Amino acid sequence: MPDLKQLYDAVVSGDANGSRTITQQALAEGTDPLTLVNQYMVPAMDEVGRRFEANEYFVPELLISARAMKAALELIRPLLTARGDEPAGRVAIGTVKGDLHDIGKNLVASLLEGGGFEVIDLGVNVSPEKFIETVKEKNANIVAMSALLTTTMPSMKTTIEALKQAGVRDKVKVLIGGAPITQKYADEIGADGYSENAVGAVALAKKAVVPA
Amino acid sequence: MSPVIAQLLADGPVVTDGAWGTQLQARGLPLGEFPDTWNLTHPDQVAEVARAYVQAGSQVILTNTFGANRVRLHEQGASAKVAEINARGVEISRRAAGDRAHVFASIGPTGRLLMTGEVTADELRAAFAEQAQALAEAGADALVVETMSDLEEAKLALSAAKQTSLPVVVCVVFDSGKAKDRTMMGNTPEQVAQALTEGGADVIGANCGQGIAGFIPICKRLRAATDRPLWMKPNAGLPTMVEGHAVYNATPEEFAGRIAELLKAGASFLGGCCGTRPEFIEAIRRQLAQG
Repeated sequence: MPDLKQLYDAVVSGDANGSRTITQQALAEGTDPLTLVNQYMVPAMDEVGRRFEANEYFVPELLISARAMKAALELIRPLLTARGDEPAGRVAIGTVKGDLHDIGKNLVASLLEGGGFEVIDLGVNVSPEKFIETVKEKNANIVAMSALLTTTMPSMKTTIEALKQAGVRDKVKVLIGGAPITQKYADEIGADGYSENAVGAVALAKKAVVPA
Repeated sequence: MSPVIAQLLADGPVVTDGAWGTQLQARGLPLGEFPDTWNLTHPDQVAEVARAYVQAGSQVILTNTFGANRVRLHEQGASAKVAEINARGVEISRRAAGDRAHVFASIGPTGRLLMTGEVTADELRAAFAEQAQALAEAGADALVVETMSDLEEAKLALSAAKQTSLPVVVCVVFDSGKAKDRTMMGNTPEQVAQALTEGGADVIGANCGQGIAGFIPICKRLRAATDRPLWMKPNAGLPTMVEGHAVYNATPEEFAGRIAELLKAGASFLGGCCGTRPEFIEAIRRQLAQG
């Protein structure tokens, strides 16, 4: 039986190989996959988030930890799916229409995957119609929008209005982020949440999928 | 020090230019369209922006080539036009500059992250080398590698730019961490200064990311960590939304009012990034004239 604390350490330090190996061993020995996720991996990502907030970790450390988390989840996800356990949520993520920046969005997408979400990455310059189509066809329950330009922020509002028109606004939580975005703006356009960084975005997404 | 840089700095601090993207949008560039291809399709509008900065008193103007690398142009189906777009960009700025200003050609990031494997170091090297060469052949006075969030990408661009034997300015974005004194990848001003000095940058600096107040401590720290002249282009404060439009909250006078502090902190090249306009350059010139 591997020392599962090592799984926690592997995720915190971003050791994808370690994370995969320990998960493999633990699963082979019959450890419940959810135990691995909830008792070791999620707390590890929480610690990563804490270090980010404390300026001990920056984007590179976030990315490699998310990668280590993902390496383990790739082994665990099929087992959970097979027994009918759904992912934490299904996120349609994209940079809004008119905006071509994707680094921030990609970072949030990898951290959401690391956080146990199924992520449908729609890329950049995503039209409201594309978001709507994904919500309908892939049954996404979170729409995550990014904008880096002050000039493209209004596309977020347009998308929220289009979701309403299409009759799917109530099916999803809308989360937004990006350099020029503020909580005030999120409130103004009727988004369900805003985060100023990628770590906060995962916490926000988790909160969003908890049934009220 | 390269003769071009030495000559420019001989008479004291040098005023560079302000933002281009927003100026082009004011002239009809649609949202979501990269400005670079406008060098071919709307050269008159691009020239207007360049002239506006020269008339405002810029001693160095940049070029509308920030995103004119193969990786970014590929997204717009224009990767076959790298050389042409860059050459026209330099020509447009050169004509506007005449003998009143120098033309430093802009090289921006690819928008892809090395560490996630979205792009390889070889692809970056090739993209920057191609762009730098096109800019050099078109007759730029120097190259400016700017708005870099990843020091590794900046170093690759620097080494590609240096192969042209033109002087190279490299500036990065400090916008992360509690004190906003780190790059996105977590590098400090000291680490940036050391790496770029070792990499042979002729001028080192910071641009974008935050307003001028945050640039003052960063400039001091860069000053203490390198012997190279420093290049500073802050944003016009933070944007706020007013009736659906982004408005940067610093006025030209407020911005220029802190230029003395930036000079005291060791800056040599002064200009602005997002939200700054020709009026900001005029205000900096007035401020410097007052001494």
